[in-house]
Amino acid sequence: MSRISTLFGKLLQNRRKALIPFITAGDPEPGMMVPLMHELVQAGADVIELGVPFSDPMADGPTIQRSSERALKHRVSLQDVLAMVGEFRESDSSTPVVLMGYANPVEAMGYDAFTARAKACGVDGVLIVDYPPEESVEWVEYLKRQNIAPIFLLSPTTPQQRVERVAALAEGYVYYVSLKGVTGSLHLDLHDVAEKLDGLRSRISIPIGVGFGIRDGATARAVAELADAVVVGSRIIEEIERSPKAEVLTNVHRLVKSLRVAIDAVSPAPSAAVKLTHL
Amino acid sequence: MKVYDLPDSHGHFGPYGGIFVAETLISALEDLRIQYERYRSDADFQAEFAHELKHYVGRPTPIYHAKRWSAQLGGAQILLKREDLNHTGAHKINNAMGQALLARRMGKSRVIAETGAGQHGVATATVAARYGMECVIYMGSVDVERQAANVYRMKLLGAEVIPVESGSRTLKDALNEAMRDWVTNVADTFYIIGTVAGPHPYPMMVRDFQAIIGREAITQMQEDYGRQPDALIACVGGGSNAIGLFYPYLDSSIRMIGVEAAGHGVETDQHAATLTKGRPGVLHGNRTYLIQDENGQIVETHSISAGLDYPGVGPEHAWLKDSGRAEYFGITDEQALEAFHALCHYEGIIPALESSHALAYAARLAPALTSDKLLLVNLSGRGDKDMPTVARASHITF
Repeated sequence: MSRISTLFGKLLQNRRKALIPFITAGDPEPGMMVPLMHELVQAGADVIELGVPFSDPMADGPTIQRSSERALKHRVSLQDVLAMVGEFRESDSSTPVVLMGYANPVEAMGYDAFTARAKACGVDGVLIVDYPPEESVEWVEYLKRQNIAPIFLLSPTTPQQRVERVAALAEGYVYYVSLKGVTGSLHLDLHDVAEKLDGLRSRISIPIGVGFGIRDGATARAVAELADAVVVGSRIIEEIERSPKAEVLTNVHRLVKSLRVAIDAVSPAPSAAVKLTHL
Repeated sequence: MKVYDLPDSHGHFGPYGGIFVAETLISALEDLRIQYERYRSDADFQAEFAHELKHYVGRPTPIYHAKRWSAQLGGAQILLKREDLNHTGAHKINNAMGQALLARRMGKSRVIAETGAGQHGVATATVAARYGMECVIYMGSVDVERQAANVYRMKLLGAEVIPVESGSRTLKDALNEAMRDWVTNVADTFYIIGTVAGPHPYPMMVRDFQAIIGREAITQMQEDYGRQPDALIACVGGGSNAIGLFYPYLDSSIRMIGVEAAGHGVETDQHAATLTKGRPGVLHGNRTYLIQDENGQIVETHSISAGLDYPGVGPEHAWLKDSGRAEYFGITDEQALEAFHALCHYEGIIPALESSHALAYAARLAPALTSDKLLLVNLSGRGDKDMPTVARASHITF
């Protein structure tokens, strides 16, 4: 079993929801990434989404754009990001790590070289924001050959037919973008999320994570009532951005811990549709 | 004869093009694709477009024989397709008009656009004023500073100009920001992309709206010269004026030459010669040639002409290059300036610096050919906007 499936299996048995923080590899600086990843786990992260910085992050809002720019000032490459995961794996063999980024750095490295190296470094899943399923057939084959989960996005505007196409390709979990717009946007409509997730449950057999717009314990908790996993990105990046370097680990720990506590306060949901057999 | 029928139904030109965007934009693009397919073959829509091009834009634009300059060069005859005579001074209005009419049919009350030099921004602001639509233009803050006159023109026309501070603060970042606006406001907003790049259906749609250039040329060449030209020459940044001229000629065997900005020289890192020096990759929603570093990061480009200063190129040009149907060459800042001054001097026409790249290539090709050969150059825009740049290059201050 993959690390992602093992994790969600365990969470389901304990009736808990996953907390998935997102950070950009290289922000605030390359040397702090591995300690930061361990700190996230200590504070209660179940999966780490590690952003691969790109010069043109078209789907991201200002917070993650700035984060990407800071990382690129340190000339962090995809090779460097993979090396960070490899170093993290030396002392953590169980926490899944998912890379999230844009197509061009992966294409520049080549599918074959990238997937082989990612496997060797202990990467568990990859989400390429600008690879919709239509353009992903060959890409998904390369990932699956190395047992790396192809993670896909679903949005409020994804029609049923496309949901099924994503369902056929996706592994690990799917990432439901809870509102229109870019990362870091405000105004999460929980009622709408609940309705949409109901519709997705019958078509998606793997866990569903929800992200975009989760800014505090209250929204994290509310989303955890509905979804299998809660993804938090921009809020954590903001914490990194506004903290003096010496306090980044402490401040991020405190924030992630508060999200963990909020999520764990969710009453066990007997209606959770993900079944052990699907993991 | 093989009939050219690209792109395929998913927007591919061979391995290029396609739809490489986040899931959040997919349904908006699908809606646009369906609506465009419908109006592409709708007689009323096409009639309204033709009417506006004639009465508002001022088409057809003439083909002018640059006799004195041709004689001075000694060799082939240089003919100019006068897109500089369009309303707003460039070919950009053809496409802005087409997309504005589509936006109206789709019930969108707000249009947005990216702009580099400001020509597409001005064209978009113009059609928005013409139809009473709200208009927001994204422009890199570096460009806002160096194209102050065009920023003022857009504001006069009622547009809001938003300076973009992210990334390299130039055209590519303005495009990123316009995409972000679109994904957030898709219900009432139409994104008017200014060149033959972006996700499907944009490269096809912009090409179709610009193809009026080549269609007119075919008719005019027959009427005025009794035959078609021996070569077509056009500058290529994103490539919309070039594809507009080339596309109706694709099934012929007439030579097609795209001219890129070689900046300070393609052997330096200060150029925008994407097809000459770039590698295929994915940016701004499509797969195409890109100027990028070894890690796949997009790098800053340079050209004296802001309209050619872009690290990508339309996917159809990538395909035309690989398939050998069109040829692409680089012209440096210096060579472009030389052609700029020559056209002013010999013909009384001040060309845009973008178009001056095409002129410079024609000036190199013409002397090698006999005087009965005809070179049709797309004079894509007029040079009024470039006065400060040209003056600076000549060490003149006003």
